[in-house]
Amino acid sequence: MADENSLGAILRAQGVSRRGFLKFCSAMAALMALPPSMVPAIAAALDKALRPSVIWLSFQECTGCTESLTRSHTPTLEALIFDAISLDYHHTLQAASGEAAEAARAEAMKKFYGKYLLVVDGSIPTKDGGVYSTIAGMSNLDMLQEAAKGAAAIMAVGTCAAFGGIPHANPNPTGAVAVSDIIKDKPIINVSGCPPIPVVITGVLAHYLTFGTLPELDDLGRPKVFYGESIHDRCYRRPFYDQGKFAKTFDDEGARNGWCLFELGCKGPTTFNACATTKWNQGTSFPIESGHGCLGCSEPNFWDAGSFYQALSTPITPVGKAAAVAAAAGIVGGAAIAMHNRHVKGAAKSEHQTVTVKDLEK
Amino acid sequence: MSDMDLLLWARGPGLQIALAICIFGMLLKLFEIFSLGRKPDLSVARPGNAAAGWITIFSRSLPNRTLLKRTFPTYLMGYTFHIGFFVALLFFAPHIQLFRKTVGLGWPALPSQLVDGVSLLTIVALLLMLAYRLYHPVKRFLSTFDDYASWALTLAPLLSGYLAFHHLLLPYTLMLAVHILSVELLLVFMPFTKLVHTMSLFVSRWYNGDALGHKGARL
Ligand code: SF4
Ligand code: SF4
Repeated sequence: MADENSLGAILRAQGVSRRGFLKFCSAMAALMALPPSMVPAIAAALDKALRPSVIWLSFQECTGCTESLTRSHTPTLEALIFDAISLDYHHTLQAASGEAAEAARAEAMKKFYGKYLLVVDGSIPTKDGGVYSTIAGMSNLDMLQEAAKGAAAIMAVGTCAAFGGIPHANPNPTGAVAVSDIIKDKPIINVSGCPPIPVVITGVLAHYLTFGTLPELDDLGRPKVFYGESIHDRCYRRPFYDQGKFAKTFDDEGARNGWCLFELGCKGPTTFNACATTKWNQGTSFPIESGHGCLGCSEPNFWDAGSFYQALSTPITPVGKAAAVAAAAGIVGGAAIAMHNRHVKGAAKSEHQTVTVKDLEK
Repeated sequence: MSDMDLLLWARGPGLQIALAICIFGMLLKLFEIFSLGRKPDLSVARPGNAAAGWITIFSRSLPNRTLLKRTFPTYLMGYTFHIGFFVALLFFAPHIQLFRKTVGLGWPALPSQLVDGVSLLTIVALLLMLAYRLYHPVKRFLSTFDDYASWALTLAPLLSGYLAFHHLLLPYTLMLAVHILSVELLLVFMPFTKLVHTMSLFVSRWYNGDALGHKGARL
């Protein structure tokens, strides 16, 4: 019999059936692109997994990531997994406040030193000593550095924590940076998205609990299993893209026929995320299915990548001014060269000496 | 620098710089040519050739019968890649978006598969052209660095665009950045290589045609 503190025991105590648990495990296996033969192994590992201590720090953020996690799937097993982990500190979700809350963090950090999973959402302001966001009188920067020391691994949830997100957008008044810009000596996994897909968050956790390691990451530190393919690769509107059939406005004939949204600014071709496969709200749909192009929210600097409604192949900064200046300079330069050439020609003419046959015979 | 950063640079400052250099260089050349003026022609013009300049602009695009027989591969591949290049440039939907955004003009696109096929044909034509240039002793002898550079600058956007569209070789975001950068490279070098002919072509054809017409040559 497994430890009464194990995930399996906790889920059973909460009335989750064996069938429901296995269903979750199969879904996770599918999500992580593992063969079905792995399901029993995942079930066994998750069943025995002990409640890992999780410390969740929220910095410069909008709480969208926590909203995504808690709202979209309640009350499914994914949400229960979060009940089952020992979420020892989470601003938004914990009952404690003030000193009691900070004491909980300090205690968890001490008790599980070297073993806890640190989850961060929000970016970290670094300008002016980090004064732009503080918790209990402590700057986000200091809190992150302190909490990271004893962490086994760090999960940067959401595009803010992963890449700086909206606080990092031009002109970035608070000097906001990503977790990976500050912490260099711990494994960091970026679960980007604005917000990230909840099952992707739980999927990464399930992977961590099952295998005791972080999944394979791409060059931006994101788990390849979820961020390995672009939205465009898996988009059901792709045949229309290939045929060159594009909606021109959000309510024209093409839009009603489900044609591709590229011309309306869809960033699917350069966005790597699982939206088109896992979808949102328990697999109901995803933005492109609701008729809106992808914003590219899981990519770095997507706020500064030009308008959300501007096609991917168009310039992000206006080119008119530079072109006008260049044109003026070209005309002036051309005229100067022409004048110089005329001068050379004129000089040659005036210095011209007529050579007669007589001269040559000399 | 991530792939996305590179793409954003290419779509922003990179494009501005490349376009500015291209416009500057082209105008520099054209204005220089125009402002030099023409030599006064004191002879009496032969009758019936008033439109010779204008006619030549088009007639020189048609194959010359003798040359066609002698250098058929050059003609065939030359036509293929010139037409193909313009089809890919002007009738691929994402490119039309670019024109709409920068110059305010748009037109209907061709189906992507058709443009794709044409692009592949164009790439093949360009590769064959290089092979022919290297194989043919006279052509090889006459070729300069400019010829090879112009060839490479023309092939790069076609090849990278083709690879990007098919998600080959590099991740799409990076390939798209490479594609845009290759176009920017083409823009930067256009005024300073043989590729300047994209602009000077019509001017020089008109000039030659008009001069010949003046002398009474049959065109
Ligand atoms: S809607 Fe977006 S992701 Fe889907 S095919 Fe069109 S461009 Fe690609
Ligand atoms: S479709 Fe694109 S913008 Fe929308 S949530 Fe997914 S990655 Fe973000």
